[in-house]
Amino acid sequence: MHEVSAHAAHGAPTSFIRKYIFSLDHKVIGKQYYALALVAVFVGMFLSWLMRLHLGFANYAIPGLHLLSKTGAPGNVMTPEYYLQLMTMHGTIMVFFVLTTAPFAAFGNFFLPIQVGAEDMPFPHFNMMSFWVTFVAFLVLISSFFVGDGPTLAGWTQYAPLSAVGSVAGPGQGLGEILWASSIAIFCVGQLLGSLNFITTTLDMRTKGMSLMRMPLTSWAWFITSLMGLTAFAVLMPACILLILDHVAGTSFFIASNLVISGQLLHHSGGSTLLWQHLFWFFGHPEVYIAIVPGMGIVSHVLITNMRRPLLSHRVIIACMTSIGVLSYMVYGHHMFVSGMNPASSLAFSFPTLIITIPATIIVLIWIGSLYGSKLRINAASLFALGFISMFISGGVSGFFLAQPSIDIMLHATYFVVGHFHLVMAVAAIFGIFAGTYFWFPKMTGHMMNETLGKLHFWLTFVGAYCIFMPFHYLGIAANVRRYQAFTDPYLIPLIPVHKFITVAALATGAAQFIFLYNLVHSRFWGAAAPDNPWEGTSLEWSTATPPPHNNFGDKMPVVYHDPYEYNIEGASSEYVMQTSPEQYTNPHEEK
Amino acid sequence: MAKLFAVTIILIAIGSAIPIVMHMWPMPADISLNGHLIDEQYADTMMEAGLAFLSSQILLAIFIWKFSHPKPDAKVKYFPGGARVLVIAGFLLVGTEVVALGVFGAKAWGMAYFTPPAADAIPIQVQAQQFAFYFRYPGPDGKFGPIHPNLIDDAEGNYFGLDTTNDQDSKDDIVTAEIAVPVNREVHLFMHSRDLGHSFYVPELRVHQDFVPGLDLTIHFTATKIGRYEIVCTQLCGLGHYAMTAYLDVKSQEDYETWLKQQAALQ
Repeated sequence: MHEVSAHAAHGAPTSFIRKYIFSLDHKVIGKQYYALALVAVFVGMFLSWLMRLHLGFANYAIPGLHLLSKTGAPGNVMTPEYYLQLMTMHGTIMVFFVLTTAPFAAFGNFFLPIQVGAEDMPFPHFNMMSFWVTFVAFLVLISSFFVGDGPTLAGWTQYAPLSAVGSVAGPGQGLGEILWASSIAIFCVGQLLGSLNFITTTLDMRTKGMSLMRMPLTSWAWFITSLMGLTAFAVLMPACILLILDHVAGTSFFIASNLVISGQLLHHSGGSTLLWQHLFWFFGHPEVYIAIVPGMGIVSHVLITNMRRPLLSHRVIIACMTSIGVLSYMVYGHHMFVSGMNPASSLAFSFPTLIITIPATIIVLIWIGSLYGSKLRINAASLFALGFISMFISGGVSGFFLAQPSIDIMLHATYFVVGHFHLVMAVAAIFGIFAGTYFWFPKMTGHMMNETLGKLHFWLTFVGAYCIFMPFHYLGIAANVRRYQAFTDPYLIPLIPVHKFITVAALATGAAQFIFLYNLVHSRFWGAAAPDNPWEGTSLEWSTATPPPHNNFGDKMPVVYHDPYEYNIEGASSEYVMQTSPEQYTNPHEEK
Repeated sequence: MAKLFAVTIILIAIGSAIPIVMHMWPMPADISLNGHLIDEQYADTMMEAGLAFLSSQILLAIFIWKFSHPKPDAKVKYFPGGARVLVIAGFLLVGTEVVALGVFGAKAWGMAYFTPPAADAIPIQVQAQQFAFYFRYPGPDGKFGPIHPNLIDDAEGNYFGLDTTNDQDSKDDIVTAEIAVPVNREVHLFMHSRDLGHSFYVPELRVHQDFVPGLDLTIHFTATKIGRYEIVCTQLCGLGHYAMTAYLDVKSQEDYETWLKQQAALQ
């Protein structure tokens, strides 16, 4: 822990470009990440609408679709390859540019330095680069819609050799594929730079009195996530570079010998198909936790403030999140049970996968146990936080099935998997983003959001998400294979009514997100002025002005005297005690 | 609003369980010798996961109902036993479940992957390619002839790249577009991909295995019920992935032998 004043701080910018575009201020960068995630999530959702219309109503002519792609949608009806291209882009945009950027890079950038009492991150130029590199990655990805024969169709997991052999394997597998791999490699650079900043901020920039155990659970979550990001993205980036080399340099990292595709005998030799899967999932499974651990932090933070009490144990939550981070590297093989990997390895990956449910379950039990005897306030933020818990439970229990190789024989690559990961990592993480947005919007913008619209948004999203994703499990149990653009097999035809129901639910739930968008934009400009501490919180973001000044705390850096969540402490002079309050008392529930 | 929320959570939890309990969209019926091991494991897991799902959702709902409208002067209460009880409960409940599922689940997996095929299992090769499966029976010599990728010619019907002129072992090989097997006889399936990653999934047979280009794998199974079952590809392999399908025809021993003779005559 260092005196913050020892760090070189940058002065407040004066020009528009340095203030809002190429800003070094972590708060502006956080908002830029949020804006990017917002654009990305609506693009991703729009793609899911198109996919669901096509799946629910076969050969449905979607008005105007030919404007997106003449070859992909002649007569406004989606071709099989265009469906796969939209599916690939939906997954890629959502996983990388929404679930990674919003809960981690957006909120983390804005609030981590403030919550630990720092003026900024230690490497502001790296931080600025991190965002702009990510922005370029997004543009590169989106550009693949408009060049050659469109984006890659190989799915967000990009399994080789489909992803490695070029356009001989199908539309989008040439230039579209190279753009995908380039985009993700660039994205990785951005996240590595961001992770370095997060880790250094946590370890080196904490203000006086801010011991590690006095950090709020959000800061802990971002810290653990950045450690995962540093190692996971460092593997995905070279994997993408090797993939690009297979395209442009004639290498054969992921291409085996003697492949005959579209009547052509390829001249590649000696590569390993499974190597890509190992490299991808070594990143891919920690990525699931990169998406969800910040949500766990946000939910804890939001719930504590609204329950008016700390969780039953601060340290157990930290220990569990850390265990999840460590175990996340030992479980990735559960994506590969039937891949042709050694069957003994499948059992070796199965046990840690089952074991990782223990810390996840303990976190859920602590959340629920902490509700007991609390003084719960219901608002849009706390509703989404509680909704997160419900979604996380629902998505989590299906993990018990997929963690077992024997049951995976039946459920692998079916809609059961789609239902599982959408609930546990996508919807839950998005509920975390919504909880964070309703909670922190006042601090970020200086305006309150409309609570009535927020609650309406919650109800429609909560019920809608269940209507979409719970039936996916039923489809999977009935062996409905995923990544099919149409269900022509006789055994799948009876399942089409379920797909129709899901499509209607997806359209309605998607439409409800425009209530959120309206609330966000309207409140930003015309929302009521926000006080400094509207939710009566205790952590450092609530002890500074709304919105915070350029250097976060004005003339005087904060000094921390208390744990982050001192609510309803017997002997304290008020219902809640700010971390910066010098008041002295004995907390009977302090963890020793 | 909190009470409505609590009721909604409970209704969603119960509503979600109904299609499972009522078997509204059931798993395809098992037609394999060892599939019951997977089905039993699935049923056990469903019971345990279902209980965990319902109990935790209902508990969440009850606490939201009960603790959301406190009197202004109400004091915060602590869960009896605090975090220690919950940590122990988490370890014991989930730990026991994890060990039980892990140990018993390994048996079903082991029967599929660690038990060698019987010596008299029928060898059949399956080749996956964009967007079809082809099958090869070794013929009376019991040997598959070698594959020559440079000889592959779909227009000529040489899907495997066989040299029936020069390779002795290839001369009696029987190539078909669907697979027929005799009921209650073990089959030893040799899996080969000629282009990309594919998968061999027959839900009723409880068999699911990816094809790995450059790595030929084998699986074995015994079908116990006569009928026609669909084989589908589950590994995304390009624009025709959804239509990549073939049929497994489980026949009586006599019908199988007749069919094989007919196919041999067609070569």
